[in-house]
Amino acid sequence: MDLKTLTYLIVGATFVLYIGIALWSKARSTGEFYIAGKGIHPVVNGMATAADWMSAASFISMAGLIAFLGYGGSVYLLGWTGGYVLLAMLLAPYLRKFGKFTVPEFIGERYYSQTARLVAVICLIFISFTYVAGQMRGVGIVFSRFLEVDIITGLLVGMGIVFVYAVLGGMKGITYTQVAQYVVLIFAYTVPAVFIALQVTGNPIPQLAFGSMVQGETVYLLDKLDGIVTELGFSAYTAGAKSTIDVFMITLALMVGTAGLPHVIVRFFTVPKVRDARASAGWALLFIALLYTTAPAVAALARMNLTETIQAGPVGEATANLAYAERPNWFRTWEKTGLLTFEDKNGDGRIQYYNDTNAEFSATAEANYGWKGNELKVDRDIMVLANPEIAGLPNWVIALVAAGGIAAALSTAAGLLLVISASISHDLVKGMLARDISERHELMVGRIAAAAILVAGYLGYNPPGFVAQVVAFAFGLAAASLFPVILMGIFSKTMNRDGAIAGMLVGLVFTMSYIIYFKGVFIEPLAENLPENWLFGISPEGIGSIGMVLNFIVAWIVSRMTTPPPEHIQHLVEDIRIPKGASGATH
Amino acid sequence: MNNQKHDAAGYWRANLRLLITCLVIWFSVSYLFGILLVDTLNQIQIGGFKLGFWFAQQGSIYVFVVLIFFYAWRMNRYDREFDVHED
Repeated sequence: MDLKTLTYLIVGATFVLYIGIALWSKARSTGEFYIAGKGIHPVVNGMATAADWMSAASFISMAGLIAFLGYGGSVYLLGWTGGYVLLAMLLAPYLRKFGKFTVPEFIGERYYSQTARLVAVICLIFISFTYVAGQMRGVGIVFSRFLEVDIITGLLVGMGIVFVYAVLGGMKGITYTQVAQYVVLIFAYTVPAVFIALQVTGNPIPQLAFGSMVQGETVYLLDKLDGIVTELGFSAYTAGAKSTIDVFMITLALMVGTAGLPHVIVRFFTVPKVRDARASAGWALLFIALLYTTAPAVAALARMNLTETIQAGPVGEATANLAYAERPNWFRTWEKTGLLTFEDKNGDGRIQYYNDTNAEFSATAEANYGWKGNELKVDRDIMVLANPEIAGLPNWVIALVAAGGIAAALSTAAGLLLVISASISHDLVKGMLARDISERHELMVGRIAAAAILVAGYLGYNPPGFVAQVVAFAFGLAAASLFPVILMGIFSKTMNRDGAIAGMLVGLVFTMSYIIYFKGVFIEPLAENLPENWLFGISPEGIGSIGMVLNFIVAWIVSRMTTPPPEHIQHLVEDIRIPKGASGATH
Repeated sequence: MNNQKHDAAGYWRANLRLLITCLVIWFSVSYLFGILLVDTLNQIQIGGFKLGFWFAQQGSIYVFVVLIFFYAWRMNRYDREFDVHED
């Protein structure tokens, strides 16, 4: 069977599965629609959280990013896992005890203020839309490469599927679909990784393979890789090029941002007990770690494969570089997508792949080898997707990777869509505009609000120039706005309304301004995005950390100067700190 | 009522102590071993891994998982000791 038919079959089968699950688990009340009736087993919730969390970026882009950044890629590995420690210890159990439906609802009640709730809704909607647009883009890429349909058809199909099962099943439906999606995506990620690890090092466990020796040689993989890439003018794989303070701040912003993301937090509202919320975070991270510890191995192996394919012999020897006419099949396939491009700058018919921004090496290469600049452009997104082809794995593995990429994108999109629709129907409509709306009508509003997927699809198809750049926004904003107020709401009895609102606004405005200043969202950047211009050498990706610190400081100062919270709020805080008395499952 | 209040305060103090211990470990493996001290630790090589690099790309993640399960297990015991558990 040819690859295209096989891919259609496998992807089609997963779609049938997702829709089937949604029909079986239809939500019948607002409780089921928003938080699955608090009836989800912690292990099941952990698995659903893992799929919810691991997006198209984790599945498709991350290993590629690490492959080219080397040690510098650690910020994603640390940042996107360490947040779960904060979540498990600082937020999840207490928010579960509070036992309501949405994150803004907690902020509104704890700070006895509709204004605080509204600010939280705005943060939530901005963060979630940024994210969901990226997912839709990921679906589009996978569809256009593997199913060879145009990107708009891919988007429409993806949107349709998500819409059907999120609207029908609500939180209950997406939870069980996410479990299925986790299984698909983890299988699709680890199978090629095991094969490649085996081929290169003879060790089938990727986590160990990239610390092993290269098959048939007596040199460790990472040492060999360090050697090869430095010979080509790149910085050593295990050293990386970012400054220590920037690595520190980006990691912190990603960690805290992860803990502050509404679609992740809300997953912990769905378990029956407070102790389930704690354990569930552990299960979630365990399931996430399966992919996140495999990714750096995939990255190192892929970088090795790519470099050795192009540079087959000693650097400088004319015949050591791959002749373009003899390029392998996977090279041709990916050339068609435009994600891999070759330009023969020195006209020798061979591919030179090296770091031509390294002035010293570039000069040597030009004088001694006659190289006229780097001739190969590799989009980092293709590393994971092209891996099975590079390793020469059977077609069903390639089809599986396509299904895995789609599963990763759809599961995250559905989770995001649900928090958007919940905050519209529950926080805005039920909480502010029409307080006496019946439950049946609220449920209907929630389902209609899921049509927000159309906006997401539009943004995914037609990214208004900034979608790719605002990923930093989502994490930075979550870190600088939502995380500190939730944390203080639990750990301080004296934090009041005025402090929280001032803190959120300062964190939000500072972080947003800094990113806009360098990245130019809506406007032209006001300064070049270079380390010399950055505040304390911190890049826009890491500035959320400073925003968070400002939020804490401002909130504390303002709260000391204004009236302390009323008595009943202090009781509320005392109450959420102990598990006793939490309301159980609602069905 | 008074007695229960006392229990709740003791429970919260125990929780904070545990929390701080866990967060110190969380900070050490990632920010200290994986970032601030990475160059020093990279002098030590275990198998094919430089130690600092290993903490940044593998070790920290394993420690995070263990930490959460440990915290959950210890808190469940505190829940019972201080009689604040559910059901």
